[in-house]
Amino acid sequence: MDLLSNLALGFSVASSLANLAFCLIGVLLGTLIGVLPGIGATATIAMLLPITFQLEPVSSLIMLAGIYYGAQYGGSTTAILINMPGESSSAVTAIDGYQMAKRGRAGTALATAALGSFFAGSVATFLVAIFAPPLTTIALKFGAAEYFSLMVMGLVMSVALAHGSVLKALAMVVLGLLLGMVGTDVYTGAPRFTMGMNQFADGLNFVAVAVGVFGIAEILRNLEDEHDRQVMTKNITRLFPNREEFRQMVGPVLRGTGIGSVLGILPGGGAILASFASYTVEKKLSKNPGEFGKGALAGVAGPESANNAGAQTSFIPLLTLGIPANPVMALMIGAMIIQGIVPGPNVVTEQPALFWGIIASMWIGNLMLVVLNLPLIGLWVKLLTVPYYVLFPIIMAMCSIGVYSVNSNPYDLFAVAFFGLLGYVLSKLRCEPAPLLLGFVLGPLLEENLRRAMILSKGDPTTFLTRPISATLLLLSLAILVLVFLPQIRKRREEVFTESDA
Amino acid sequence: MRTFKVTTKVVLGILPFMAGAAMAQDYPSQNITIVVPAAAGGPSDTVARLIADKMSAEFGQQVLIENMGGAGGSLGAARVAKAEPDGYTLLLYHVGVSTFGALYPNLPYDTNTAFSSVGLVTDVPMTLVSRKDLEAADVAGLLDWLKGEGTGATFGTAGVGSVSDLCGRQLSEATGIEFTVVPYKGTGPAMTDLLGGQIDLMCDQTTNTANQIKAGEIKPYAVTTPERIALLPDTPTLAESGLEGFNLSAWHAIWAPAGTPDDVRNRLSEALQKALADPDVIDRLATLGTTPVAADLATPAAMDERFTSEIERWSKLLADAPAN
Repeated sequence: MDLLSNLALGFSVASSLANLAFCLIGVLLGTLIGVLPGIGATATIAMLLPITFQLEPVSSLIMLAGIYYGAQYGGSTTAILINMPGESSSAVTAIDGYQMAKRGRAGTALATAALGSFFAGSVATFLVAIFAPPLTTIALKFGAAEYFSLMVMGLVMSVALAHGSVLKALAMVVLGLLLGMVGTDVYTGAPRFTMGMNQFADGLNFVAVAVGVFGIAEILRNLEDEHDRQVMTKNITRLFPNREEFRQMVGPVLRGTGIGSVLGILPGGGAILASFASYTVEKKLSKNPGEFGKGALAGVAGPESANNAGAQTSFIPLLTLGIPANPVMALMIGAMIIQGIVPGPNVVTEQPALFWGIIASMWIGNLMLVVLNLPLIGLWVKLLTVPYYVLFPIIMAMCSIGVYSVNSNPYDLFAVAFFGLLGYVLSKLRCEPAPLLLGFVLGPLLEENLRRAMILSKGDPTTFLTRPISATLLLLSLAILVLVFLPQIRKRREEVFTESDA
Repeated sequence: MRTFKVTTKVVLGILPFMAGAAMAQDYPSQNITIVVPAAAGGPSDTVARLIADKMSAEFGQQVLIENMGGAGGSLGAARVAKAEPDGYTLLLYHVGVSTFGALYPNLPYDTNTAFSSVGLVTDVPMTLVSRKDLEAADVAGLLDWLKGEGTGATFGTAGVGSVSDLCGRQLSEATGIEFTVVPYKGTGPAMTDLLGGQIDLMCDQTTNTANQIKAGEIKPYAVTTPERIALLPDTPTLAESGLEGFNLSAWHAIWAPAGTPDDVRNRLSEALQKALADPDVIDRLATLGTTPVAADLATPAAMDERFTSEIERWSKLLADAPAN
């Protein structure tokens, strides 16, 4: 068996004492920066790059990879505890995770996230090992038309993220789309909605927007009334899920892993959709969708598994094609180049020890993460007992440092302040930030791929229907829309809304 | 009273020079910051870190890298343009610096006068490549094919004003053939589409293309430098394939803010030249598909001249850019 001997090679590389140590350092750092609001994996890896000069190539990549998927674990912690997502994937976790925390189930939510992530990470790692080359060919079949249709599907799904009025959710999606338009037009180089400031030429910073509308807005809300936070800490009865909760977890975790693994492979932004898609699926399949948005366990288990599976499979295009799926992957390519390894299709054959070593280390790293994180849950939950006049300034300071460190751009800090206020106003109007964020992330991708597809088809719009993958995705979107607006389902939704408004 | 005024003026006038002289003698007396206006880990950042490491050893002072991405690199460039011209804040970036004037309408400095060159660092050659199943056998065949296809042929770039875009514009100008330019956000996604056969052509830094070429995933037609390169010895140059004088490289250089004292500039240039002669640097640059530039090209004067001519060349080709 080729695969077995390859995996054996991988584990022999990854289990050397030095590499185990670097893997541990990586996941520890990743967890830490994931937990610190605002500081993302991108900034951390960028800061650590110079240090990796001195390391063996395998060790340095094992460590950097560890930071990346470690941050995915840690990121859910702040999303659940203080409603502060650092990445688009944890924005979904914040919806139900934070509600669970508010009801005193913070420990359960954190444990669910950790266990789901571990399962998804392990499965996806094996997928990477077995299917990396064939999956890559599928990813290459995705052109602009296919990505456009995929993004349409994502937008249709975004309506399901709302647990209030559908109209308000749609309005938030549109507002998000508009905010996503800020920046340089890729096709002409013309600046749009930048108010003449070159600091906004690359668009609004995602972390600034997310930290603003979720985190800062939540802090402002909390300052109005300290009562909520007392509820959060007083109601904690137990930290770990009971048998019934484990049973509820199984389905969402399995489905989330599947969705995340598939979407993670697409280098053009598929992974962004993973957690959103999983949330939508769980809400649709749930026996009582009204629970979603008010602390549904499945709303944490599914998306968390999906985002971790996606994080692992997004290494596929990197390792087999030398193509980065996201900014973190681009940094990994930089790290490889610094080490004198030029990423490309021949890395697998020319550097088998490196390729399989990294894959094996991912599994070891995931194991380390779950072992590290489960005992830490008690500690994280205790953080909630820190008085707000200590905790909130610390959070604000960390956020500001984190956001600023990405580009050393003070305008990103203005954006945090602005979106914090906007988020507060929106929450007063009972509009939710999650659909806004999805619109903001998908908008630029939607536009870019629409226009590219039209350029490539010489202006012929039928390209979206004549290309089979694209047509299938559009049909699926239509099916989802019908499902959402089918009368009887609609009726059920309305019942749910009255309930939630009460 | 009159004499007093004159004296004050004279003293005030002399002070900066005195400060300059004192500064230059013990320069550098503190850490030097090189601003790289791109993300850490990219090709420019790699080059900068290599050089900074060697310059630190030479100066006995830390040479730090500050990554300040955004607006194609013009934000970081602006930061250096506005910095004190004391030799402690420098800019390291590529040919893109000469296009900012054409690309950004609100650029807070004048590209022609804001910088004073320290020297050229390296020329990164570009490769003209196609999807692997394109039938044309060589550059001549490719040009025939392009003529036949007209705007049906697609050429991927990393966005308006990127080096890959400049390459396409120059190719179009040199041959008189119009093709459809398809911009992407960076060369990464463009390469994905080239590998998937979604677009026909692309022009990218050899660092990114070499391995794909060796694996047979994309087809090389030519390199854009005047000479063939060691990494792809079988690939001809565009110049030898009939496009005489075609010369394009993603050259990297170091700049100081205009007004930096000459002796500081010379001290920096010396350190740069020393770094470029270091075997480690030569080794690492080779993996990027490039070599350090010849000593006569690395001088401040040669770089100033090159910079001026590049600004002129690209603002002509970028006639449709937002600030032109």
